[in-house]
Amino acid sequence: MTADNDDFKGYRSPTLDLLQAQSAPVWSLATLHTTRGDFSGLILPRSVTADADHIVLKLDTGYNIGVRHDKVQRITVHGRKEAKYQIPERAFPHDPKKPRVKLLGTGGTIASRLDYRTGAVIPAFSPGELYGSVPELADVCNMETEKLYGVFSENMGPEEWMGTARAIAAEIEKGVAGIVVGHGTDTMHHTAAALSFMLQDLPVPVVMVGSQRSSDRPSSDAAINLINATRTAATSDIAEVMVCMFGPTSDQYGLLHRGTRVRKMHSSYRSTFRTLSDIPLGRVDLTGVTPYRDDYRRRRSERKVDLKAVFDDRVSLVYYYPAMKPDIIDSLIDNGYKGIIIAGTGLGHVNKPLYPALDRARTAGVHVYMTVQTMWGYVQMYVYETGRELMGLGVIPAANMLPEVAYVKLGWALGQSQDHDEVRRLMLTPVNGEITDREPHDGYLVLQGGSPEVAEFISSHWK
Amino acid sequence: MSLSSQYRLTDPWLLQPLPAWGTLSDDDYAALGFRCGLEIHQQLLTARKLFCRCPAGRYNRDHHDAEILRHMRPTLSEMGEYDGTALMEFKTRKEIVYLLNRETVCTYEMDDAPPFEMDDLALDGSLLMAMLLGCNVVSEVHITRKQYLDGSIPTGFQRTAIVGTDGEVPFGNRSVRIRQISIEEDSCREVSDRGHRRVYRTDRLGMPLIETVTDPDMRTPQEAMAVGQILRFLARSGGMVRTGAGAARQDVNVSVTGGTRIEIKGVPSLREVGRLTHNEALRQRSLLGIRGELARRGVTAESITDRLVDVTPQVRGTACGFIAQAVAQGAVVGACALPGFQGLLDVSTQPRTSFLKEFSDRVRVIACLDELPNLALSTQNVPSLSSAEWERVSKACNVAADVPVIVVWGSRADIETASREIAIRARDATLGVPNETRQALDDGTNGFERILPGADRMYPDTDLPPIPLADARVDAIAARVPLRPWERLERLRALEVGADLSARLSRHRAWDLFAHLEGRLPTDGAFDAAALASLLLDRSCPRPASLSAAGPWWEHTVDALACGRVIPEAVWSGEDEPTARLDDGEARRLFEDALASLPNPLPTAADKRAHAMMGAVMPALRGRVPGSLVRRWIDETLAEVRS
Repeated sequence: MTADNDDFKGYRSPTLDLLQAQSAPVWSLATLHTTRGDFSGLILPRSVTADADHIVLKLDTGYNIGVRHDKVQRITVHGRKEAKYQIPERAFPHDPKKPRVKLLGTGGTIASRLDYRTGAVIPAFSPGELYGSVPELADVCNMETEKLYGVFSENMGPEEWMGTARAIAAEIEKGVAGIVVGHGTDTMHHTAAALSFMLQDLPVPVVMVGSQRSSDRPSSDAAINLINATRTAATSDIAEVMVCMFGPTSDQYGLLHRGTRVRKMHSSYRSTFRTLSDIPLGRVDLTGVTPYRDDYRRRRSERKVDLKAVFDDRVSLVYYYPAMKPDIIDSLIDNGYKGIIIAGTGLGHVNKPLYPALDRARTAGVHVYMTVQTMWGYVQMYVYETGRELMGLGVIPAANMLPEVAYVKLGWALGQSQDHDEVRRLMLTPVNGEITDREPHDGYLVLQGGSPEVAEFISSHWK
Repeated sequence: MSLSSQYRLTDPWLLQPLPAWGTLSDDDYAALGFRCGLEIHQQLLTARKLFCRCPAGRYNRDHHDAEILRHMRPTLSEMGEYDGTALMEFKTRKEIVYLLNRETVCTYEMDDAPPFEMDDLALDGSLLMAMLLGCNVVSEVHITRKQYLDGSIPTGFQRTAIVGTDGEVPFGNRSVRIRQISIEEDSCREVSDRGHRRVYRTDRLGMPLIETVTDPDMRTPQEAMAVGQILRFLARSGGMVRTGAGAARQDVNVSVTGGTRIEIKGVPSLREVGRLTHNEALRQRSLLGIRGELARRGVTAESITDRLVDVTPQVRGTACGFIAQAVAQGAVVGACALPGFQGLLDVSTQPRTSFLKEFSDRVRVIACLDELPNLALSTQNVPSLSSAEWERVSKACNVAADVPVIVVWGSRADIETASREIAIRARDATLGVPNETRQALDDGTNGFERILPGADRMYPDTDLPPIPLADARVDAIAARVPLRPWERLERLRALEVGADLSARLSRHRAWDLFAHLEGRLPTDGAFDAAALASLLLDRSCPRPASLSAAGPWWEHTVDALACGRVIPEAVWSGEDEPTARLDDGEARRLFEDALASLPNPLPTAADKRAHAMMGAVMPALRGRVPGSLVRRWIDETLAEVRS
């Protein structure tokens, strides 16, 4: 049994029974007389994911404690002190000389405020709220915001990708100088790839941004990332879909990654996003954007974008492992999947027991592409017999497309055509760098700790 | 410069020298309304840090293999206001550099990974401490974030949790209340703080600490030291804390009547607590005196402006070395006049410290102007600008020559911050003792550290769930709670051990051994509890480092002592099998043999003669006959010789 109103928010039986019997709803200033002595404080709501056995009390010192229901003999209520949480708003200043930037929210907590009493993170999103917490944004642009979605990034999918692409296209037609997309970091690179394919010939920058440390923390990277992304959207000459996140873990600069070559590479580091098999587009800091290369699409004054917001979600990404059985592939065929991306070993291999299943897939008209689970480097299926045999079974090598990017692209391609040759043409014709002609030597740089020369480098540069 | 009559000081406290430490009586402190509370931090003895698997207690004084750079950004409180401390730290615009060593820190301390679960051993240790101090133990531990924006913790907050509340410790004929016991992670060690860069070493970061907080129940500095000793001792008696340099630190909070609760951080040793709290009481009393003078003069917070006048042209070419040098390097010199503060800035607030230092401290900490001297005062009797230069400065500020003018120098941004801080400190002076955290200095005085953080800086940690404390866990720890010193005294009284011996043993590390052995003693033996106590306290007694190190030797030995088979002196040698006691006849024969071998003539002085005889007989008798018996035989022999 759970309380059906806010009076006992989050409490379930048996704590709920106790609080009701003692007429001690949440926000009561109370003393709990227990078998372990008396505890006085403010009764807080209980998190719904916590157990049903403890009452949460905020002491005068600001600390919270939990008191188990069966220790409580009696509760004396002295008063009530309800938290009424409000995010302060200050009007975002308008400066006619500054460029217009649109911030589209999908649900990451790029800016948020903490309810200190309950610990809940409340997103700050309106221009006024953003200005209240990151006033530096007003030095860069006139900002407008729109909340498209309110989901964790793992819940972003084709519908949201297409919706976001359409919203961006509409804003570009209205004449904004750049777009910032706030996004949770876990699947930011999937969305970046989707937007790269769905929004072609962009005239302005589309900058995706998030944070690795939530914005309620003093050490958060959120404000710096947001400022960097906004500066890029407002002023950069790079009219592409980019991811703007910390370069090093130190507070120094953000890197601008091309949306089709970027990947989240660490579960928690600030500097988690890396460009793979290539170098980033550039960097951004307080002084502005510095391109690292000049082969990017330039900003143009027109307001047109080639919108291709389509997706067929009957596509799967199979991460191959030794001893994989053919039933994995069979089940995809039986369930009506139209496309399979394999992340194969080495240069693009799977084991022999999968061959009959792959043959079945070809016969069923399933589009099968090979990528590499090594992340860096190209598929090359001529070198070994296995590769040649797989191509014989209709598996198409996808060059150096990242597995997740290939997955997104195949769904996007199948959204346009089911024709084998047309899909193949779409897949293997790069839209914006998802396949490159060459991999420069510094496109793969994972320094190995412990080596003396790396130790020397690490000790002389901020990480 | 003589002051006009309207600026003469009227509060007698401001006119006489500050009373030195050690010269005030309990009544004097009572008259001041002295109140003091303690916060004692002790590192828990664990193998790992509190929220990650890095090794605990390993420090690399000089070595680091990487650095990271961070900044702290204030987060708004729920009322939409920046916390005062947060704003101050933001105003300092500090770059924070952390020195990393791969042996002692991981991505958790770098704030590049979420916490692991809390170390169980550390939590058990903190629960034991809570029980030792008679606290009410919580049934669910909630990890809370306490914001620190000085950079001492890379996350910007300390993870901390309450494990017990409302304990008490007997003290004389009353008791001192324990407000709470918490478990928390330790912060970084500061390496340097110069200009806009502060550097921290991270090895200590994340070490588990117990924080014990008392109510402000101590009424004199001496009481504060005594209570601190009791708390320290209690923690050690539980065996769950580290000892040695840096393993324990304390903060003290002090107030006087009309003053403010001021927290002094980083008191290195309990011995310093007395002088430090005494000096803080004086400071608060002096600041209250200054407030009175300002009120009498009609100076209010509203009447103080933060107008900064650029006086670089007025001082160009000065012979004052530190200002000339700064100007040569491009510094701007700014002046702030403080009308109404005549005669107040050189009032003593602490030994060798005047009110002006409160301004200098804020300018140093907040405006980052940390090359001392960082300001000069027109009315101060130390060499700075020439009188002609001061005259020009006063004129530029549009004030009379007797009005105190403070000049500061540095980058324009920094002196603007400095002038705002000077005005803030001056306004605070009209209100009394400003709410701030202060830092203990080596000479027993204290200096400004930061503005006291608000209660809003506490909020729940969303990275870790609450930890329920099962009854079985709490009961198991309760069974390990050792007797507190006052309970030991009761036990010793019941065993009829004398008061002096009891007082010593109850606080001695030999207590555990005593408590373990005393049950073996027969109730009617000559070797009783008092004899065991004095044996264990004797400096010659071999004492094991711990009870477990004692092994069965002590048990056998006490059994032998109890039945009279060996005497206490036999134990001193620490041999595996203490020498058995000789029967008195055999002993007397060895005694007389030894005396017969004495050289002739014996010294004439009686005491020297007794000494020589002792020297002759003891090699054969030591540890085999009670020393008191040998002494009696010698006395009898000497008496015979005399007669």
